[in-house]
Amino acid sequence: MSQYTLNVNGQSRSVDVAPETPLLWVLRDSLDLVGTKFGCGIGQCGACTVHLNGTPTRGCITPISAVGSQRVTTIEGLAANPAQLHPLQQAWIEQDVPQCGYCQAGQIMTAAALLRDKPQPTDADIDSAMAGNLCRCATYVRIRSGIHRAAELAAANGGAR
Amino acid sequence: MSTKLKSTGQEPALQGLDRRSFLRISGLAGGGLILGFYANKAFGADAVVGQPSEPTIGDFSPNVFLRISADGTVTIVSHKPEMGQGVMTSIPMILAEELDADWASVKLDVGKANSAFGSQLSGGSTSVASNYAQMRQIGATARAMLVTAAAQTWNVPEAELTTSAGSVLHAPSVRKASYGSLVEKAKTLPVPAAGAVRLKDPKDFKLIGTRVTGYQNADIVTGKPLFGIDQKTPGMLYAVYERCPTFGGTAVSANLDKIKTLPGVKDAFIIPGTANLTGLVSGVAIVADSTWNAINARRQLEVQWNAGTHASDNSAEYIKQAAEMGAKPDGMSVVRNDGDAVAALASAAKVVEANYSYPFISHACMEPMNALAHVQADRAEIWAGVQDPRSPSGVVANTTGLQAANVKVNGARMGGGFGRRWVGGYVAEAAAISQKMGAPVKLTWTREDDLQHDEYRPGGFHHLKGGLDATGKLIAWQNHFVGYGTMGQGRGGGAPSLQAVGQGGVNGGGFPAGMVPNFRVVQSLVDCRIPTGPWRCPGESALAFPLQGFVDELAHAAGKDPLQFKLDLLASAPPPPPPADPAAGGRGGRGGFGGPNVGRLRGVLELAAEKAGWGKRFERGQGAGIAFHTAMQGYVAYVVEVTVSRAGELKIDRVVAAVDVGRQIVNLSGAEAQVQGCIIDGIGVAMYQEHVIEGGAMARGNYAAYQMIRMPQAPAKIEIHFLKSDNNPTGLGEPPIPPIAPALANAIFAATGKRLRDFPFSKTNLSWS
Repeated sequence: MSQYTLNVNGQSRSVDVAPETPLLWVLRDSLDLVGTKFGCGIGQCGACTVHLNGTPTRGCITPISAVGSQRVTTIEGLAANPAQLHPLQQAWIEQDVPQCGYCQAGQIMTAAALLRDKPQPTDADIDSAMAGNLCRCATYVRIRSGIHRAAELAAANGGAR
Repeated sequence: MSTKLKSTGQEPALQGLDRRSFLRISGLAGGGLILGFYANKAFGADAVVGQPSEPTIGDFSPNVFLRISADGTVTIVSHKPEMGQGVMTSIPMILAEELDADWASVKLDVGKANSAFGSQLSGGSTSVASNYAQMRQIGATARAMLVTAAAQTWNVPEAELTTSAGSVLHAPSVRKASYGSLVEKAKTLPVPAAGAVRLKDPKDFKLIGTRVTGYQNADIVTGKPLFGIDQKTPGMLYAVYERCPTFGGTAVSANLDKIKTLPGVKDAFIIPGTANLTGLVSGVAIVADSTWNAINARRQLEVQWNAGTHASDNSAEYIKQAAEMGAKPDGMSVVRNDGDAVAALASAAKVVEANYSYPFISHACMEPMNALAHVQADRAEIWAGVQDPRSPSGVVANTTGLQAANVKVNGARMGGGFGRRWVGGYVAEAAAISQKMGAPVKLTWTREDDLQHDEYRPGGFHHLKGGLDATGKLIAWQNHFVGYGTMGQGRGGGAPSLQAVGQGGVNGGGFPAGMVPNFRVVQSLVDCRIPTGPWRCPGESALAFPLQGFVDELAHAAGKDPLQFKLDLLASAPPPPPPADPAAGGRGGRGGFGGPNVGRLRGVLELAAEKAGWGKRFERGQGAGIAFHTAMQGYVAYVVEVTVSRAGELKIDRVVAAVDVGRQIVNLSGAEAQVQGCIIDGIGVAMYQEHVIEGGAMARGNYAAYQMIRMPQAPAKIEIHFLKSDNNPTGLGEPPIPPIAPALANAIFAATGKRLRDFPFSKTNLSWS
């Protein structure tokens, strides 16, 4: 066991876990941030996607010892504040994207990085960026339209964060 | 235990409610109005509705679907478990419509298990069909009482009152009373007889038929703890469970002493298990202080297994056996035999013969199976995502020896169901581990556990022969279907039957039965020890592929347009009812109950063709395919348009769907979502999914080897058209699955001349020159 001090959603959080413990399980079991989901454990489905310093990262294959002082952002911390959801979250609600909903936190985290890099993505940009995120309910059509809608919302608000 | 209502006329009949239900009101501590509706008298006709209780399975715990508080809050019980099919939202919408509640302020009470709600099963696409009339009646009755309360308060005729968005209005005097303000009066009123309550004319619906977004969407996109895997309770431990890789095998010994020394591990032990392949199977539990410590310790687990009697099984051998069986004219049973197919084939002008096959596939829900159980000496509490919230009590009782009545179940949102969470061997495992530990335990399956210990959709094999006369008319049809299953054992050890192969059997009622004068279907079974279970649209989800694919082959052999060939078949004769076959089960049935309705089949087929512009010319490498099917009382046809490059790269340009699930769509957003999802799911199954069995075990254990469809492979464009036929509204979570695979196969044939007869299509090189 080792002590780690993490920067999670802007807060300093200390945990005492084995160095190889994946960030996913630290978030879920130690920090009670269960919005980040376990799907495959091998980085194939994207349900565990979080941001490390803004870069989409698979939490299930990222050992806690590799996180260091990087900023960890989870779905719980994506919105600046609860009253002001991220454009993707707004679009997901408005366009009724989720079916079972289990993969959607990972989808949104991946899409958030896409929109930051490409504020007006094409369908091809979206397909390429989102290919690593499985959706078993196959909401892919609405994820595409949800990202386009979020891009509109972000543009109306002066650009995605 | 649900009240089944059959409609005879334009609107669902409600007479049944008079006999089989009663309504009663009582006060709430907070001054609210409770309108109790009992689905069945067996739950206590004399009971008085009291405080809303924390319901307990098996108790008589009267509960209600609707509460209105003095502050105006309308709370509707959402009794059907949500797994992505939209029922959490759509079923309460029906009640809210008749109540004229303000949907934006309606609160839903979710996750309760109680016999007072009647059937709570989410499965078989039954939720809308079996709740539509009930929910309307409850809403309309409450509305009527609120109107009466307002009429008495204002001393005006009820006929002058209207309702809207949670208020009663009196236009002549420009008065308005919120429902909350009428609660005190309304709860003193007698409940009107069901027949005395007028339902809305559907043309006046304001909520039903509109796009309503999922009730929990905001919680989903902000990461709230909605799912089974997110649940916790004080003192909770974390477990994983290693099962024998070969089905039916048992744990003999393991290096438990070593495992117990590993970081965080609290205990490790063997559970003998039962012979039920979909129940509590033999294995080794590791319990730790965190999920990761349990998973990590498992990496060092060494188990000696008794592998059982099927340890040398492999899927290549199954396929060989199936092909050998299927090639023989006689099967283990005759499903249907009209005329003389053998003689007709012998005299036919043209005979087409083809083998179709599909492998075992997984449910692969995104949320791996899991359950949190707290088993104590005299009671147990379960937190789990299950398709039937009332099933775990029996499962836990069987596992622990407790009374089912002392098992409390907390339902959770399911990260996918698709039939996988119907019964819940995972609940039994969690309960057994918790009982041994004397502590609450959350059991989490890994993805490998999930893919290698599923209740699989069984594979199948069809040897088909069709005979055409000189004019190209189909005069003979022969199908030898070979399923895979455990001989004499259905799911969970059901009655011996060839049909008991995880709903993989065929029945005699489906298309084109009754439309071909000489028609013979026989079936056989490859005996294997692979656990099988319902997979989204059981049986039908696979069967439509060989049937609609082979008909397309016959059309081309006859030199006819596939649409016209199918329309000709439908016009040839209405099929007689399917033969009585109790073993076939009622859920899957072709078209549900009583066989397919030919008019509805024709309706969706023609609509899909019209909307797609069927018959237009394509360049080489492009083409369109058409297919239709009926299941779970829903009727669906597709036209799929594809482009296949010379190198064989497939692009699905467009899918046009025509869907008939009756006269009313409840939630347009949810309904379209189900069709979209089914289309892509069905394409994914046809293109990519395949389990390979080696040494009696599933060889593919994670998404790297077990391929699922991803966004780039999804169709570029999906267009959905609902055909509103004069039939009661029915469910949509499954019927759109079956015809998509054959529509795609038929389109690929049109584009390339390559006929696909085996899932997964991705194994076939589609290049052309």
